[in-house]
Amino acid sequence: MAEQSTATPDRKPAATIGDERLAHQSPIQRLMARPALGAFAGVVLVFAFFGATAGNTGMFAADGMMSWATVSAQLMIVAIGAALLMIGGEFDLSVGSMIGFAGMMMALPTVYFGWPVELSVLFAFAGALGIGFLNGLITVRTGLPSFIVTLASLYILRGLTIALSVLFSNRTIVSGVKEAAGDSFVTWLFAGTVGNSFFVWLAGNNLIDRLPNGEPIVNGIPMVIVWALALAIAAHIILTKTRVGNWIFGAGGDANAARNVGVPVNRVKISLFMFTAFCATVYAACQVFEFGSAASDRGLLKEFEAIIAAVIGGCLLTGGYGSIIGAMFGALIFGVVQQGILYTGVPNDWFRVFLGTMLLVAVLFNNMIRRRVTAER
Amino acid sequence: MTATDIRPIAPTPQPGRALIEVHNLVKHFGPVIALAGVSLTLHAGEVHCLLGDNGAGKSTLIKTLSGVFRPTNGDFMVEGEQVSFGSPRDALDRGIATVYQDLAMIPLLSITRNFFLGREPVKWRVGPFSFIDMEHADQIAREEMRQIGINVRDPQQHVGTLSGGERQCVAIARAVHFGAKVLILDEPTSALGVAQTSMVLKYVRQLRQKGLGIIFITHNVRHAYAVGDRFTILNRGKTLGTFKKSEITLDRLQIMMAGDKELQQLDEELGGTV
Repeated sequence: MAEQSTATPDRKPAATIGDERLAHQSPIQRLMARPALGAFAGVVLVFAFFGATAGNTGMFAADGMMSWATVSAQLMIVAIGAALLMIGGEFDLSVGSMIGFAGMMMALPTVYFGWPVELSVLFAFAGALGIGFLNGLITVRTGLPSFIVTLASLYILRGLTIALSVLFSNRTIVSGVKEAAGDSFVTWLFAGTVGNSFFVWLAGNNLIDRLPNGEPIVNGIPMVIVWALALAIAAHIILTKTRVGNWIFGAGGDANAARNVGVPVNRVKISLFMFTAFCATVYAACQVFEFGSAASDRGLLKEFEAIIAAVIGGCLLTGGYGSIIGAMFGALIFGVVQQGILYTGVPNDWFRVFLGTMLLVAVLFNNMIRRRVTAER
Repeated sequence: MTATDIRPIAPTPQPGRALIEVHNLVKHFGPVIALAGVSLTLHAGEVHCLLGDNGAGKSTLIKTLSGVFRPTNGDFMVEGEQVSFGSPRDALDRGIATVYQDLAMIPLLSITRNFFLGREPVKWRVGPFSFIDMEHADQIAREEMRQIGINVRDPQQHVGTLSGGERQCVAIARAVHFGAKVLILDEPTSALGVAQTSMVLKYVRQLRQKGLGIIFITHNVRHAYAVGDRFTILNRGKTLGTFKKSEITLDRLQIMMAGDKELQQLDEELGGTV
């Protein structure tokens, strides 16, 4: 490049020309540089597979679709948090324990202290954000790998969940939340459905099946799906369109370089830890209000599932690269396979084998993509 | 380089005016004396090379100038005004920008995102979130690249696809675009090949003509001699002296930088090839 002269007198103003060299990069090459590409291919593959093997089993009927969509949405909620945090260069292994703990923070005050359910939910969110803040603060202050810091939180929170639950209720499942909540809007917010009339209309026109009593087999879209989509849209926009998003990429790509140009890296990272905790609490609330109880083993292993979904979705473990759309695809693959296996009659035991394989393939693929993108030699 | 439209670029300083003056700068880290009284003056429109072997205090000095460290003692003036920087941000606000050798760019981010990282142009805001005016940012990034002589196909391509020299130039162009009057370049050529180095040196010379003050840190005397107007040699935390180009030869510089005797001896043994 050194031989190029620095001034070309006949240069046209930049505004009027698109760069003619842009044409050299084909649309396929541009697509290849997208982090979500691998996950998208995975989604196509998974749907093709189950379409062929379970196409006529009801997996793609309204109720079947709702079942895998719900499972996917649940994971999506935590995967979105994990993906943003991973792009920001950190991990949170305490997501699963946070789900259990946040559930307890809602259920115990409601059932045993007689708090209004709305207050308990607020309390749980505040508590979770506080713990997320601590995770982040310890990580950025000590410079320890977040892997270790949040591994500690994983144990502490799970232990606290069980210990507090036994202390107050003498058992590990706290039920009675539904009764205490009554018809509070909180129940609807986390466990209700939307679009009921649409499904009634669908059933009325024989587009979906009806129950024996004439009601549609699916009576609405569960709020957990609404939460997943809302969080995904918000996270995607923040990541790709805003300054904070650019800072997240910067903090994960090279924290020192980002600091040198004035990015508040620590603040960004701490906020991301708080966001994963927020996502975990949303997940917890959806479960608590769906089942009417909090159980101390809720969310077990979810931290890994969330990370797997993010990685399948193209997030690099080293940070600085990835997308929310990819993480959504990752969670979708997860949900479809988990539920789809039930329809195919393949023993459920194979689910984890598949998952592990998928993860390995995704990581290898991501590595290849990264080399291509950064032209690493 | 014509001024771009969004940001008022700092008024070009008159050539010859002192931009940075430090007198007897001292920096201790506990019992370690990293700087034991360093003095240096940087004028507008000059390339001031800072030479010294490892451990001479170069890094400590530039980190002090760029606001990373607070000096333990001594005077630090920017354009005649006494300053005390608490963070690199403060230094940036006074027009002192530092481009670090390896920490300049983030390979996984696009050129545009790198260029504007930390100072993204804002289109509108919603609550705490400011939306980036990406189109405008792309346009500026492309124009800036073109002016350095780097042809980018697409400013959204990842910085990892640029060569080392190009990355350095982009990092420097970024600092200039955001109003730097003083550029501190930390070993900008040490990891580069010959063609890449000449690209960077050419760009440095171009910036000097525009009236910027440039502190050029290197331990390659040849690179320094190619662009430098003045040379300050550091040794064990002290200045051995400042010389104009007309006052000193390349060989003499080399010898002084290495702490005289030993290298001179070695040089003779190796037949003048060091």
